Amino acid sequence: MTHLPYILASYGLAAVIALTLSVGAAVRLKKARTRLAALERPTDRTTGATPSL
Amino acid sequence: MSATPTLVARAGTFFHRYANPGRFLKLGARLQPWLTWPALLFTLAGLGWGLFFSPADWQQGDSVRIMYVHVPAAMLASAGYAGLAVCAVLSLVWRHPLADLAAVEIGPVGACITALCLATGSLWGKPMWGTWWVWDARLTSVLVLFFLYLGHIALIRAFDDPQRGYRAAAILALAGAVDLPIIKFSVQWWNTLHQPDSITLTGAPTMSSSMLWPLALSTLGFSLGFAAIVLARTRAAVMESRIRSLLSSPRRRGSNAAGDAA
Repeated sequence: MTHLPYILASYGLAAVIALTLSVGAAVRLKKARTRLAALERPTDRTTGATPSL
Repeated sequence: MSATPTLVARAGTFFHRYANPGRFLKLGARLQPWLTWPALLFTLAGLGWGLFFSPADWQQGDSVRIMYVHVPAAMLASAGYAGLAVCAVLSLVWRHPLADLAAVEIGPVGACITALCLATGSLWGKPMWGTWWVWDARLTSVLVLFFLYLGHIALIRAFDDPQRGYRAAAILALAGAVDLPIIKFSVQWWNTLHQPDSITLTGAPTMSSSMLWPLALSTLGFSLGFAAIVLARTRAAVMESRIRSLLSSPRRRGSNAAGDAA
């Protein structure tokens, strides 16, 4: 009996879990960084609006 | 009263140095690439070596290659929960805010790695033992660990007041840590179908070096990868917490109201 399907399933599962966790973390980090940078940008004191470039 | 600071107080001062979000984010950003890239390199090298170049076992045949995924996952499942327990101590004793955020982020990653350990164990068990599952002491104690992770994830999000969730989950993490020695010594305390440890701290490994090296590489890679993912998630959580506090600050609310009125 070949063990190949069991081996491939193990490595495939490991790859799927690793990819899901790492890509999820990277996307979340990028989104948080962008949002925080936008919020911390100095605002126009008279209107409270973010100055346009 | 003694003027000399106690060990607990000194440890508290040390840990609180990194309670400052700015300092943590700066350190985390510097540390991130040093965890991420070696993790990728060592994992690919270890798994590639294990899959293509390491020899098949004389008894298990090619199924032994599942070990290069299963063993690191099993080690990290326990190590991750030990990390949760450390965060629980930091949270309950020193009220460390980052420990709570880290605990929130360790839980799902630990649960995923424990699920991987259980799944790869089953995938190894079917061709070797002829069954996907047995209620063996080692397998059952790891299943309990998986449920502890799930309980922690659910409990930490179960309260409207996050602080209450953090306290309850920290107590669960500490109480659940009793499962870690049970997992470790289950193969010695009970007569189990699961084989005893091949690598111990005190004795020489009972494994050929041609299998030990890829296993060591993949274990190192998985460990660094776990740390990298938890660090990235914790950094994101700190930033999200800062975003929430900025959005709820009276000055910003006032400026938003002024903007709306204009």
